[in-house]
Amino acid sequence: MEAEPPLFRVWGLTKRYSGRERRGAPTVEALAGIDLEVTRGSDLALVGQSGSGKSTLARCLARLDEPTSGRVLFEGMDLRELRGPRLLRFRERVQLILQDSATALDPRLTAAAIVSEPLEVLGRGDRRERGRQARELMESVGIPAAWAARRPFELSGGQRQRLAIARALAVQPELLILDEAFAGLDASIQAQIATLLQELQARHGLTYLYVSHDLSLMALLADEVAIMFEGRIVERGDVGRIFTEPRHPHTRALIAAVASLPAPSAPPAS
Amino acid sequence: MPALLEVRDLAVHYADGHGGPVVAVDELSLDVPPGEVVGLLGESGCGKSTLLLAILGLLPRSARVVNGSIRFRGRELLGLGEPELRGVRGAEVSIIFQDPALALNPVRRIGSQVAEVVQAHRRWSGRRCRDEALSMLAEVGFPDPVRIHDSYPHELSGGQRQRVVIAQALACRPALVLADEPTASLDSTTQAEVRGLLGALQRRLGLAMLVVSHDLGALATLARRVLVMYAGRLVEAGDSARVFGDPLHPYSRGLLQALPRAPEPGSSRERRVPSPIPGSSPDLARLPAGCAFEPRCADRLPACVDRPPRETRPADGRQVRCFKYGG
Amino acid sequence: MVRLARRALHGLLLLIGVSALSFLLVELAPGDYFAEMRLDPRVSEATLRTLRSRYGLDRPLPERYLRWVASLARGELGYSFAYGQPVGPLLWPRVRNTLLLTVTATALAWMLAVPLGAWWATRRRGPVNAGLAGVTAALLALPDLVLALGLLLLALRTGWFPAGGMVSLGHEQMAWSERVGDVAAHLVLPVTALVLGILPVLVRYVRAGVADALDAPFVRAARAHGIPPRHVMFRHALPAAANPLISLFGLSLAGLLSTSLLVEVVMSWPGLGPLLLEAILARDFYLVLGPVLASTLLLVSGNLVADALLLAADPRIRAAGR
Ligand SMILES: Nc1ncnc2c1ncn2[C@@H]1O[C@H](COP(=O)(O)OP(=O)(O)OP(=O)(O)O)[C@@H](O)[C@H]1O
Ligand SMILES: Nc1ncnc2c1ncn2[C@@H]1O[C@H](COP(=O)(O)OP(=O)(O)O)[C@@H](O)[C@H]1O
Ligand code: SF4
Ligand SMILES: [Mg+2]
Ligand SMILES: [Mg+2]
Repeated sequence: MEAEPPLFRVWGLTKRYSGRERRGAPTVEALAGIDLEVTRGSDLALVGQSGSGKSTLARCLARLDEPTSGRVLFEGMDLRELRGPRLLRFRERVQLILQDSATALDPRLTAAAIVSEPLEVLGRGDRRERGRQARELMESVGIPAAWAARRPFELSGGQRQRLAIARALAVQPELLILDEAFAGLDASIQAQIATLLQELQARHGLTYLYVSHDLSLMALLADEVAIMFEGRIVERGDVGRIFTEPRHPHTRALIAAVASLPAPSAPPAS
Repeated sequence: MPALLEVRDLAVHYADGHGGPVVAVDELSLDVPPGEVVGLLGESGCGKSTLLLAILGLLPRSARVVNGSIRFRGRELLGLGEPELRGVRGAEVSIIFQDPALALNPVRRIGSQVAEVVQAHRRWSGRRCRDEALSMLAEVGFPDPVRIHDSYPHELSGGQRQRVVIAQALACRPALVLADEPTASLDSTTQAEVRGLLGALQRRLGLAMLVVSHDLGALATLARRVLVMYAGRLVEAGDSARVFGDPLHPYSRGLLQALPRAPEPGSSRERRVPSPIPGSSPDLARLPAGCAFEPRCADRLPACVDRPPRETRPADGRQVRCFKYGG
Repeated sequence: MVRLARRALHGLLLLIGVSALSFLLVELAPGDYFAEMRLDPRVSEATLRTLRSRYGLDRPLPERYLRWVASLARGELGYSFAYGQPVGPLLWPRVRNTLLLTVTATALAWMLAVPLGAWWATRRRGPVNAGLAGVTAALLALPDLVLALGLLLLALRTGWFPAGGMVSLGHEQMAWSERVGDVAAHLVLPVTALVLGILPVLVRYVRAGVADALDAPFVRAARAHGIPPRHVMFRHALPAAANPLISLFGLSLAGLLSTSLLVEVVMSWPGLGPLLLEAILARDFYLVLGPVLASTLLLVSGNLVADALLLAADPRIRAAGR
């Protein structure tokens, strides 16, 4: 029996940004040789300091950036060879949510229109059906459906962020890349969205790739963590293992930087 | 000691054109004493940013302060005209916004953006303002202020940009700094750095601060007192160690239980994900007649649906707004 | 610099493309200068043939094109049959006059549009907003030709300004300063027509750009630091809005140039417009190509200027160009 190819397979991926103006800043090597496999149905978190290349890797996987060298295979197909309808299909199956997705929402559209727009583009369902789905998705990320007619500037920062997540979920993607998508959300809402994502995964077998600098948050979301440092993956392993026996010094630094509550929170009074 | 900032019974509504007004802040009172850090936390969308903007008179057009008073050093800020407010903003009360990438003008050099704040409040020569900007940049920890001075925002990292924003906010030595999630857009090592810097500057300059954050760990290290907000109202206030150690209000308790925990090896993810507070965030345009948390509250009492609870002081220095404590 | 060089190269390619294309189009149009003569019984077939071969019109198309390109290199730009002389020397004074008109109009239009649009951006409600919206909408609805004719009529009725031409009779005898005043008085009418034509478009763009910039988070941050409103406008909003406006600058030049050709004809301004019309009516091939080429050159240079301004105004573009 032939094994199913992994969703993504990455070999020797490098990405260089040529030097910036003035003061002759040197060329930046954002990715310095990445080998990575993402299996279907997994949750992998890329964790690293800012500038370690996480977002660059995410963009290369979503085919929003051209690698300098190396190969990215999506279900065995080279990303560079995706064209026309197959590229469109790829864009539909792989959704990327960025932290600034929230600031990039079209201010003229209502919340419901923002969420249902991708469905409309794909010609899915009729108007009523799309509206119903949009309201359902809004509820599921914790925005009251009664707010369907509000516009982005009438929402708080965290509400916009959740709207961006609802929009990405609308097309029922197979892989969701969430780049710092949880920043600015409080713990309860983070937990709420985490629960939603896990339900969706159980139902539709979604795959998640999280990108974050926050190791403790990733502990809640992912099964496996890949620690990135200076364009390389320096350590990869089970979340529990990473926390209890970090191997790379950089991983230890990331764990140390998490500000923790001084006293453990008390058990709920009965 | 009289408080530096006194907010009393503040209510802010947004006209949203889709029915009733959005009650973003209601019956809110708080004090920030001189030189003290007060933390403010609460669910996304509960009105924290609205409160900070209201203090500086920076609310968008669709918002209206419908009730209350905001006094700074005993002087009423509500109803001040733009020119008077301008004298307060940046000089006596500053604000640091969440995203430093958005708070700086992309087409202007850093130095001029810091010097400009000084220039707006002091009758100094351009040269002296520039020198002040340089020394401010040094003060926020840049080893090479001259290079930063001549840079553009896009040439700096997120952490560096937030330092610049802090330099702007402190350039005129305000007595009070409002900070809206000052580290949320930074990575965790940089967060620790900026947190350390803010703490050090606060102590050195004797600043009073009102800090909004979702990062309870950061608030625990930075703030002496914390306020918890839910649906536009303060639901709990007290000494930070005690609020975090023994939260009284059901919302505060739920929030603390939702914090991510360090996993044990091999623990399944389902067991790691803390339980969120059940139900969904309240719609501030359609608040229930009783306690706003009632639909999600496991401890609800029959009285909870009739009217909102009042604030009580169940223990020394602690305030809570809940019928369980006599509200 | 690399970016500018690349843009200049693009401009050059565009110029070559336009020259080839317009050469082809003009050549393919039926009839030529000498076709008219055929109607004249005094001109024999033989004479026509000689004339045609003298001017090389009997050669195959590619050869004619190459000859024309060669004459371009010599600055002659082909030969005008009607004037019986190379096109180049006919063209240059016309180019100068058109430039005088469009550059003045562009400068004036922008000098009015920026403050007006910025002011409008600060008044999103109320009478200023409604008034400006109404006036610009009305001006936008008015065709350029009607506008030019209306102004001409006004000038003729009132006699406030010279109606047409570029200089008065006896201009040659005037003192230097009088001459400048004379040209300036003649400029008023066509420049007004051009400015009124493009101003509503520019004002609306400036307003939209500045309004967006005023909503930007960094403007709110600046206000939160107590920066006075005039600095918020001049140091924050306008520089941030400059980027799309500068791109519009290149486009506005194109718009003004094409309107200018029309206005020149209506107001008999001795620029490229009347020359082009005359050449087309006479089927004077190379004389048609001259103004077309000159206009393209003006456009390309206008866009290069806009690019250079863009580089100067936006450090992010400078960084990306590396
Ligand atoms: N311009 C507006 N018009 C109408 N409603 C608004 C407007 N701005 C904010 N709101 C609403 O007011 C409430 C408070 O918003 P605010 O931005 O103060 O929240 P916040 O506590 O800062 O949240 P976050 O933690 O997500 O930043 C939210 O429910 C939001 O939807
Ligand atoms: N468009 C770009 N141009 C130049 N350098 C870039 C660009 N995008 C990213 N970089 C650089 O590449 C490195 C990795 O960036 P990024 O992938 O965004 O890191 P992360 O997401 O881990 O914070 C950084 O040094 C960054 O400055
Ligand atoms: S007042 Fe009642 S409903 Fe509200 S938090 Fe307290 S117990 Fe729960
Ligand atoms: Mg990133
Ligand atoms: Mg906020």
